[in-house]
Amino acid sequence: MDWLTARVISKRDETPRVRSIVFDCPMWKGHMAGQHVDIRLTAEDGYQAQRSYSIASSPEDDHLILTIERLQDGEVSPYLFDELAPGDELEMRGPIGRHFAWTPETVGPLMMIAGGSGVVPFRAMLRHRRANHVVTPARLVYSARTIRDVIYREELDDIEGPEGTEVVLVLTRAQPDGWKGFDRRIDAEILSEVTWAPGDKPKTYVCGPTAFVETVANCLVDLGHEPESIKTERFGPTG
Amino acid sequence: MAIISRGFIGRRPEVDPSRLPPGQYVAHDFPVLSAGPTPRISLDKWRFEMTGLIDAPRSWSWDEFNALPSETVTLDIHCVTKWSKLDTTWTGVSVDTLLEGVVTEATHIMASSYGGYTTNLPLADVMGGRAWVATAYDKQLLHPEHGGPARLLVPHLYFWKSAKWVRGIELLAQDQRGFWERNGYHDYGDPWREQRYWGD
Repeated sequence: MDWLTARVISKRDETPRVRSIVFDCPMWKGHMAGQHVDIRLTAEDGYQAQRSYSIASSPEDDHLILTIERLQDGEVSPYLFDELAPGDELEMRGPIGRHFAWTPETVGPLMMIAGGSGVVPFRAMLRHRRANHVVTPARLVYSARTIRDVIYREELDDIEGPEGTEVVLVLTRAQPDGWKGFDRRIDAEILSEVTWAPGDKPKTYVCGPTAFVETVANCLVDLGHEPESIKTERFGPTG
Repeated sequence: MAIISRGFIGRRPEVDPSRLPPGQYVAHDFPVLSAGPTPRISLDKWRFEMTGLIDAPRSWSWDEFNALPSETVTLDIHCVTKWSKLDTTWTGVSVDTLLEGVVTEATHIMASSYGGYTTNLPLADVMGGRAWVATAYDKQLLHPEHGGPARLLVPHLYFWKSAKWVRGIELLAQDQRGFWERNGYHDYGDPWREQRYWGD
């Protein structure tokens, strides 16, 4: 798979620790919602580092968007977050990962469960779904520490409602005054309340840190969901 | 010609660079990657089976498998998602031991796992002391998240070839694609030639 040149068009703040980067990548051949890319940075002495990032944009969007969480001890993400500026170029290749992908032809309700920046591929799925006027129900359950840590907050507010899309926020560390939603880490009880019954044959996607994905996937199997109906994407603390 | 990222310094590996394949970095934790939930496998029912192009299929129960001669090896592993982990210690049964005396015309194998995962490899790559079925990591029973009760261990290829929760090996007359290989990943997966994806 060839490395392509991608040029930064703009950057925007999503949360204090998360930024989206909008790229122009003329040779990009398209992707499915849920896939990711590899990016490669080269230092002046030739040293190179590569990392994978989920694609935040829908296949129909004009530009490719990556949403990057700045990891404190990261090698690549602090550079992307702090230094990379509009007009800069870097190498990118993809799309990668045909397993954790959703297409409008997918049968059954779409259940998305995100921890932290695990919400990124689901933004692509939600936008793709809306662009294709898909009417099977979709539900995003999204666990973040605080309301300030919710990525795409306005867009998620906006996307809720039409075409049977629901967004359920779970705020684990602090909640705004008057918060009526879930206020603890996702557990079996929350999942039994917010997921469809196994008999409804949902297609479930879980993305987030390893411990989050393990917990959620195990609880879903306990609740009677077929392991084959659950797709997982995990990321570790390195990066 | 690579694009230089002005101001990007990066973190040079603190190990002998010749131990790190291109595009990899050293991980100090042990990341977990799998396509679905961790399968639940009861040791009473666990079996390891060798099937396909073989004069007589072979099968071991957990106790039988653990009675086989085992080896403890320390080696480096390389995941296609870019992390490498150096000097990892595993205990398991060499695939040479499992294949001892087998008469076959097979050229490839398909490893299959509890939970439905599969991965393909040339038969030669799991012979000659280069592959194991590991049941312990760091002298401890292999944790389910990392593939326990048993996983294939083929450290000279990207780590998705080291199938977690392995339940058997099928001997094949020709190459067929496994799970990730059908989903865009390279058929062979040599980290030193950076064979990550189709076309690499």
